[in-house]
Amino acid sequence: MLGKLDWSAIPFDEPIPLVAALVIVIAGLGVLAWVTVKGFWPYLWREWITSVDHKRIGIMYIILSLLMLIRGFVDAIMMRTQQAMATGGAAGYLPPDHYDQIFSAHGTIMIFFGAMPFVIGLMNFVLPLQLGVRDVAFPTLNSVSFWLTASGALLVNLSLVIGEFARTGWLPFAPLSEIEYSPGVGVDYYLWAIQISGVGTVLSGVNLVTTILKMRAPGMSYLRMPMFCWTALGANMLIVAAFPILTATLAMLTLDRYLGFHFFTNTGGGNPMMFVNLIWAWGHPEVYILILPAFGIFSEVFSTFSSKPLFGYRSMVAATLFIVVVSFTVWLHHFYTMGAGADVNAAFGIATSVIAVGTGVKIYNWLFTMYGGRVRFDTPMLWAIGFVLTFTVGGMTGVLLAIPPADFMLHNSLFLVAHFHNVIIGGVLFGAFAGLTYWFPKAFGFRLHEGWGKTAFWLTLAGFVLVFVPLYILGLQGMTRRLQRVTVEAWVPWLDVAVFGVFVMALGVAAQITQLVVSIRRRHELRDETGDPWDGRSLEWATPSPPPHFNFAVQPHVEGEEAYWDIKQRAIEEQRLGDEPHYEPIEMPRNSPTGVVSAFFATLIGFALIWHIWWLAIVGFIGAYATFVVFAWRDETEYEVSVEEVAEADRARRAARQAWLEAHGQTA
Amino acid sequence: MTQTETTDQNDAAPGAEEINVAESGGGFRAYLIGYGLALLLTAASFYAAQSDFIYAPAIISALVVLAIAQMGVHLVFFLHITTGPDNTNNVIALAFGVMVVGLVVLGSIWIMGHLHENTMPRENMTREEMLQMQR
Repeated sequence: MLGKLDWSAIPFDEPIPLVAALVIVIAGLGVLAWVTVKGFWPYLWREWITSVDHKRIGIMYIILSLLMLIRGFVDAIMMRTQQAMATGGAAGYLPPDHYDQIFSAHGTIMIFFGAMPFVIGLMNFVLPLQLGVRDVAFPTLNSVSFWLTASGALLVNLSLVIGEFARTGWLPFAPLSEIEYSPGVGVDYYLWAIQISGVGTVLSGVNLVTTILKMRAPGMSYLRMPMFCWTALGANMLIVAAFPILTATLAMLTLDRYLGFHFFTNTGGGNPMMFVNLIWAWGHPEVYILILPAFGIFSEVFSTFSSKPLFGYRSMVAATLFIVVVSFTVWLHHFYTMGAGADVNAAFGIATSVIAVGTGVKIYNWLFTMYGGRVRFDTPMLWAIGFVLTFTVGGMTGVLLAIPPADFMLHNSLFLVAHFHNVIIGGVLFGAFAGLTYWFPKAFGFRLHEGWGKTAFWLTLAGFVLVFVPLYILGLQGMTRRLQRVTVEAWVPWLDVAVFGVFVMALGVAAQITQLVVSIRRRHELRDETGDPWDGRSLEWATPSPPPHFNFAVQPHVEGEEAYWDIKQRAIEEQRLGDEPHYEPIEMPRNSPTGVVSAFFATLIGFALIWHIWWLAIVGFIGAYATFVVFAWRDETEYEVSVEEVAEADRARRAARQAWLEAHGQTA
Repeated sequence: MTQTETTDQNDAAPGAEEINVAESGGGFRAYLIGYGLALLLTAASFYAAQSDFIYAPAIISALVVLAIAQMGVHLVFFLHITTGPDNTNNVIALAFGVMVVGLVVLGSIWIMGHLHENTMPRENMTREEMLQMQR
């Protein structure tokens, strides 16, 4: 009846995961109870869970990502403390079996459920606003994407209490991940969680590519799009092109594990090295999927806070597209030591060095954007400057690792670990935090507290340096990654420094949470009245904060590279806003529970397949198909926003702008 | 569908391509032509493989040619890829997809072939083979 599932799946003998799971379950139940008692369910269902508004979906993506970042950070704390404690013959507090699950879960959660939802959430929120349109191309599909991602995150976290997680690292290399060497459900949890959320990611990529290519405001030609739209286009093209490789590779591993196929086994004609080859053919484009949107965020931030147009806009576009193409020609650098000859290694080594040129162009463009500008050091700008410094170091160690002979010395060492954390924390995460602080007032109508934001930045930067400089040194001294215990005394002092660094980073996390709490409590004094708190240049700042659900009362006409900056300058010069436009009713897509319901069935399917509960899987498939049929047979897809509502929202916005203009006119 | 109505407005996705019935790849008649051509090419493949109509060593090349022609028919008549200016996005997307598939497939063949030559030394290797490995 329940397949492989019985009471032995609950780890009663392991106190750490059990207590952690209990705390999470109790906290979760507490939140649910609070929502029920307060009677928030109808509001949550109507305004958030079934919402197809790209802004709401973007915010939900980011909330999911923040929760998962904290989960992944707890794993990181456990790994660092374990390595610092398990020295000189001590065993530490994590048995090898558990430690292996922790580093696997850390990587999986941070990439798939921390970083990916963060950048996808920011793209979801910002793109339609910057393009001057009212929603993404396929609003209900967008909701489906989000809920499928949440379903994958739920499955990964479920493995904490029911069963186990993979012990194979964040990419389950065959043959270790084959049924012969990993007979438990850990790898199955990984496979189904990633496949389900992967479907969501591909759908999201299709959606955003379509939005950018087909739904721009009148007059917004490709070369008038803000830089963030360009890098988002690149990232989503990579999603559409690369994620099918991941899906196919994991599907082949699934066939090996479930149906006795031999794609990646040592026997029966399989080849485990093909798994490594294919997974990295997805894996390298994946890192650019993460970093390209961050590059876009930094471009917006540098330009806005330097009060200048972005330097070298066209070279920036060219560099982005160059990276998109070349990112598909470097994947072998993840496995130089697997046995390919000098010809292959050299070719991929050169391609890897060449791709750094594209990033180099961008770095110089950002520096020249600041040059001669009036630079304002608000929190987003601090993250951006911190990024340029740390990311350059990470990029240089990457170019070092791109040289095959050097990689033979450094592969699988903590030097490599330090390198990719250097680019992912210093690049993606700093970018995400810059974007969060930058667009937070747009999303909620009030700014984040500057003092706590700056505190968080300096603590995170200092903690980051304190953790990863020791790891670089340890890597050069020969310490390999993923060690459950440490037997070399000389490494111990550096491991202790790294633990201290993790503590400082934890203070940074605490400062971010404090910033959020303080900002919410003081929201009235932090209120953004005009909708343009940073003196912005692109169209999202033309809307009030938060924007009405239809974004723009009248579709903007774009006449230059910096659509909103031109409108604003004209208003300041003429000391008056444009004439009040002629308002018309707006058609907006209806909310739909399709996303959450299909994700519910997807979770059932995933859970059932992990535990071999075949009847439940069939129920899940029928339910998911029925959901799709019901959605396809819908009669009404849109509703009309009345002229009065549109006019009222826009007149309020115009009044705020007029007040700002009068105040500004007196000072200028 | 009438001659003037080009797409079903109730079922049009945002930004959906207008299918121009005047073009060679548009309209119901074009689907029939495409279907006929696709059947013809399929039949030709089976015929080429089984008869001695084609010089035997060239059969594989002939099948490749017929397969590519088949893809062309599908692209033009069913996926409505044309050279028109409103079709640029589709053509670029196709080119990008072909490029990615080409890079991954050819790259994988190259890499895996090399791995095959450079893994564990076999028994009974000749001196030349050993030297080959060390290079």
